[in-house]
Amino acid sequence: MSKIKVENLTKVFGKKPNRALSLLSENKSKAEILEKTGLTVGVNKASFEVQDGEIFVIMGLSGSGKSTLVRLLNRLIEPTQGSVYLNGNDLATVDQKTLRNIRRKDMSMVFQKFGLFPFRSILSNVEYGLEIQGVEKKQRTEKAMESLKLVGLVGYEDKYPDELSGGMQQRVGLARAFANDSDVLLMDEAFSALDPLIRKDMQDELLDLQETMKKTIIFITHDLDEALRIGDRITIMKDGKIVQIGTPEDILTNPADDYVEKFVEDVDRSKVYTASNVMMRPETVQPEREGPRVALQRMRENGISSIFAVKRNRELIGIVDASDVRKLVDEKQDDLTSAIKRDALKVVEMDTPVHDVIELTAETSYPIAVLEDGKLRGIIIRSSILAALSGKEVNLDD
Amino acid sequence: MTEAIPRIPLDEWTRSVVDWMTNADFIFDSIEQVISWVLQGLYWGMDLIPALLFIAILTAVTYFFAGRKIGLSAFVFFGLLLIVNLGFWDDMITMLSLILSATILSIVIGVPIGIWMAKSSTVEAIVKPILDFMQTMPAFVYLIPAVAFFGIGMEPGVIASVIFGMPPTIRLTNLGIREVSTEAIEAADAFGSTGAQKLFKVQLPMAKTTIMAGVNQTIMLSLSMVVIASMIGADGLGDIVYTAVGRNDVGSGFEAGLAIVVVAIILDRLTAGFGLRKRKS
Repeated sequence: MSKIKVENLTKVFGKKPNRALSLLSENKSKAEILEKTGLTVGVNKASFEVQDGEIFVIMGLSGSGKSTLVRLLNRLIEPTQGSVYLNGNDLATVDQKTLRNIRRKDMSMVFQKFGLFPFRSILSNVEYGLEIQGVEKKQRTEKAMESLKLVGLVGYEDKYPDELSGGMQQRVGLARAFANDSDVLLMDEAFSALDPLIRKDMQDELLDLQETMKKTIIFITHDLDEALRIGDRITIMKDGKIVQIGTPEDILTNPADDYVEKFVEDVDRSKVYTASNVMMRPETVQPEREGPRVALQRMRENGISSIFAVKRNRELIGIVDASDVRKLVDEKQDDLTSAIKRDALKVVEMDTPVHDVIELTAETSYPIAVLEDGKLRGIIIRSSILAALSGKEVNLDD
Repeated sequence: MTEAIPRIPLDEWTRSVVDWMTNADFIFDSIEQVISWVLQGLYWGMDLIPALLFIAILTAVTYFFAGRKIGLSAFVFFGLLLIVNLGFWDDMITMLSLILSATILSIVIGVPIGIWMAKSSTVEAIVKPILDFMQTMPAFVYLIPAVAFFGIGMEPGVIASVIFGMPPTIRLTNLGIREVSTEAIEAADAFGSTGAQKLFKVQLPMAKTTIMAGVNQTIMLSLSMVVIASMIGADGLGDIVYTAVGRNDVGSGFEAGLAIVVVAIILDRLTAGFGLRKRKS
């Protein structure tokens, strides 16, 4: 079920914004409209749906309208046109009181520079959302402490924001958002103000928390690596317009236009691609019904020096070397089993990042086996990794 | 060339406006009544406490609430003892009640105006030039309508002090609230605060230091009005200075002037200390 549905959402900054709307429907560009009317188009007819429990990343460079877009969702900025449906209600048209209730119960926000209240203790910052709802002291303290525990800040509740590091302050921001128990989390460049190492920790932590909390997260960032790391789906914006929406792989492999392509050029693909993207069809032999001669023949046909041994149901048994098989043939043995080696073999799962697979290739001279539920699905050799990282030859059939 | 244009009768107009306004007696009477209550209440309260106890309390307050500075606390203690010694205690209390009344009224009127200015740029555009006018007009001029509306005595003195002293409180309240970071405001909104919750739980607390700087300025300006106010019959230390000027008595003029300086320093440091006071942790 889609949790949030955005339709034709538009924001024009300036006086009498309606003047720009007709120009927008004629597909005039942001620059043309600025020249003709002096109005700035913040967001241009954005439409998308966010699924329940999804991390939906909106990314773009500064000035692309991404921060405006997220503020249109909870109406920190009033939309000029369009609808935002949350659980089927159109937020763009509800009255102030309903809007306030939605902000209190259904949507929380985390800010780039944290947006903490400097004169309040950490605990009382986290309590803020509950305090303004009139939740009584004891109950809200309990809830706030629970949230602080989630982000690992127990023991800091009596400190003040300026006594904490940037990373810790943003944990407070997260805890404050969690304390309200809202399903939807809007995160506006939440980790952009942190230094790179802390940022990575926070990303991991967010993913960990998301495992259990299953919130619907709309995450704004200008950092493509961050987007690829945490996003289930990514939206790329340019000049207030959505250019492409897709999974990280879609974005990398099928850029919608030159703009996106330029964007993704420098990405470290090894962190995005998984074993399933770079694996090849394996040659196998089934020792249960095939002997050394068949194995040797198959290796010769394919020009390979080793072959994977599997059961009838493709469950991986091990690997056999051509030299060992030849010995068995010379000794006129019919059973392949004694030649099967398992120890030297490295195996990975379908969703192991290529980044991790590369490290394994250095440890073994055999191809790496890709398994799914113990069954052999493919093999990876170094050249197929290199082909994939250069941006070519990727399997997209999964 | 200049004779071609007849002189604009600004003085006539002002007179007739002020004359017309004196018809609204009942308004000024009730204002005067309120000021008089505040004044007498403060005086009564402060006069009730014996001088030495008052000094002890103020010294303790200075020590505990303005940064635990020994030197400043000692200054408060000995400075006030000097005033007692010179025989100015009662005059000092009278002056203090005038200053504090003016300050309280300035805060009660000025802070809401400042908040309103911060909320609306139109209001800001209208109020700002009025404030400039209020501050640059020579303070003596306020005495004339003050006397016209309120007669002579302490009350018109308070009015003149409020008009002259209130602008910094208004300005700095406006500034303080406008300076609150956008993210803090957005956070308050994003969590569903009502307008009042945002104001009292976020904006005013975050603007507190700036507003206190304005109040400090207001107190200092009211203090500078005490001698001027004595020209229309306000009692207190200012009156002693004014009389000394009339008699060319440099000795008692210096004594009373020194006492005012002592009070000024104490008030300044105390309010500055409150403004910067570290939150309790």
